[in-house]
Amino acid sequence: MDQAVFLFDILLPALMQGLVITLQLIACSAPFGLALGIAVAVGRQYGHPAISWLCRTYVFLIKGTPLLLLLFILYFGLPSVGITLTAFMASILGFILCNGAYNAEYIRGALISIKEGQMVAARSLGMTRWQAIRSVILPQALRRAIPGLSNEFIYLIKYSSLAYMITVIELSGAGKLVATKYFTYTESFAAVGIVYLVLVSITTIAVNILEKRVAVPGTVRATPSAQL
Amino acid sequence: MNDNDIVLRVEDIHKSFGGIEVLRGVSFDVRRGETKVFIGPSGTGKSTLLRCINQLTPPDRGRVWLDGEEVTNSGARINHFRQKIGMVFQNFFLFDHLTAVKNVELALLKVRGMSKAEAREKALTELRQVGMEDWAEHYPAELSGGQAQRVSIARALAMDPDVILFDEPTSALDPELTREVLEVMKKLAKNGMTMLVVTHEMGFACSVANEVLFMENGVVAEQGSPDLLLNDPRFTRMKDFIGRIDSRMSD
Repeated sequence: MDQAVFLFDILLPALMQGLVITLQLIACSAPFGLALGIAVAVGRQYGHPAISWLCRTYVFLIKGTPLLLLLFILYFGLPSVGITLTAFMASILGFILCNGAYNAEYIRGALISIKEGQMVAARSLGMTRWQAIRSVILPQALRRAIPGLSNEFIYLIKYSSLAYMITVIELSGAGKLVATKYFTYTESFAAVGIVYLVLVSITTIAVNILEKRVAVPGTVRATPSAQL
Repeated sequence: MNDNDIVLRVEDIHKSFGGIEVLRGVSFDVRRGETKVFIGPSGTGKSTLLRCINQLTPPDRGRVWLDGEEVTNSGARINHFRQKIGMVFQNFFLFDHLTAVKNVELALLKVRGMSKAEAREKALTELRQVGMEDWAEHYPAELSGGQAQRVSIARALAMDPDVILFDEPTSALDPELTREVLEVMKKLAKNGMTMLVVTHEMGFACSVANEVLFMENGVVAEQGSPDLLLNDPRFTRMKDFIGRIDSRMSD
């Protein structure tokens, strides 16, 4: 078979179909993962002791177990208690739970780094604790969490390939199918790798732009510490 | 003196941290338009006292009254009282992610529920009061310490407080910046703002204070007009304390 025919008529169309699923997985997971991360970090840091304990336990469980295990439980395990999810839904739920737990830790680190005076000043003006967190603490903490959160987003791009293990034919899965059918492992997986590289590169550039746009004037270090 | 003149009443405030009693029963009344200055060695509870007044630090015992209403034990209404009791901090505590004008606007929008246009106008008016109108669109990191402190004074003023607490407002500033902040505070005092000021600036205390309270070991050790504490032979503690500052400065 002609290389060009294989590449353009077989491999790339299959990968593009897989890519669409991968993008759907990411787009359906990332926003909720971020929201969950914020909620869990705030709950752990500022919530009632019971809520704080709940948040800590959730992060502990997710951090301590493989994502693949979580996906197996959600897809293969839950039907035995009467909850049946589609493979796509189970994947998204697993990704949100995983993404949320790691995001929560990045955000919690940023919350801790905001000086106490910010909260004190907000409360001294008559703001409630919640108003202070929302309008003063979080806007600053989220800026500081961007490098960590973008890292976690990039992980999400890559661990979305685990959906293949519960039958969702996303990018990696599509590559695997072509590879085994046409016995073209090197070409197929190299092509899959390049698509991931492109995705991650786009993310990195987007994050750089975002970081510059939300930077608070006067606080960006003009001199990188390597030059000090 | 009419009782209605008393805007703030502080009764027998006690506060301990980890078994160490920082405040051991402090009481005083503040009349409307009065400036009281608190002086004394570090660690004698002056800052803690201010924070007990607006409940940023809840006192162990004692009560605070604002305009006849109890501030202590007021539950969720504390947020109402805190609007009426402004506070200015040693390290300014401006909201780092907001411009000067937005620092002043924030509580107007969130706490007072003003419209954006209303809040903007009020914020600019307050910035004008402290001479920071031209810096409205600058961020805290772009301001000098003196400028930042003036913005934080504007932020407190914007809530139309009955009284403003100043917690060592110039201690983080060099002499020149100190002067510009003290000028603003003098102007406020002259315009009738009620102020409680913890400071080491004796010049400010003598020229502006209606009353000086010299604190030591968690109690008010001496109390009276600046003139009285400095010149009456019955009072010695504060003179000793200032004397030590003066002799250090003449070295």
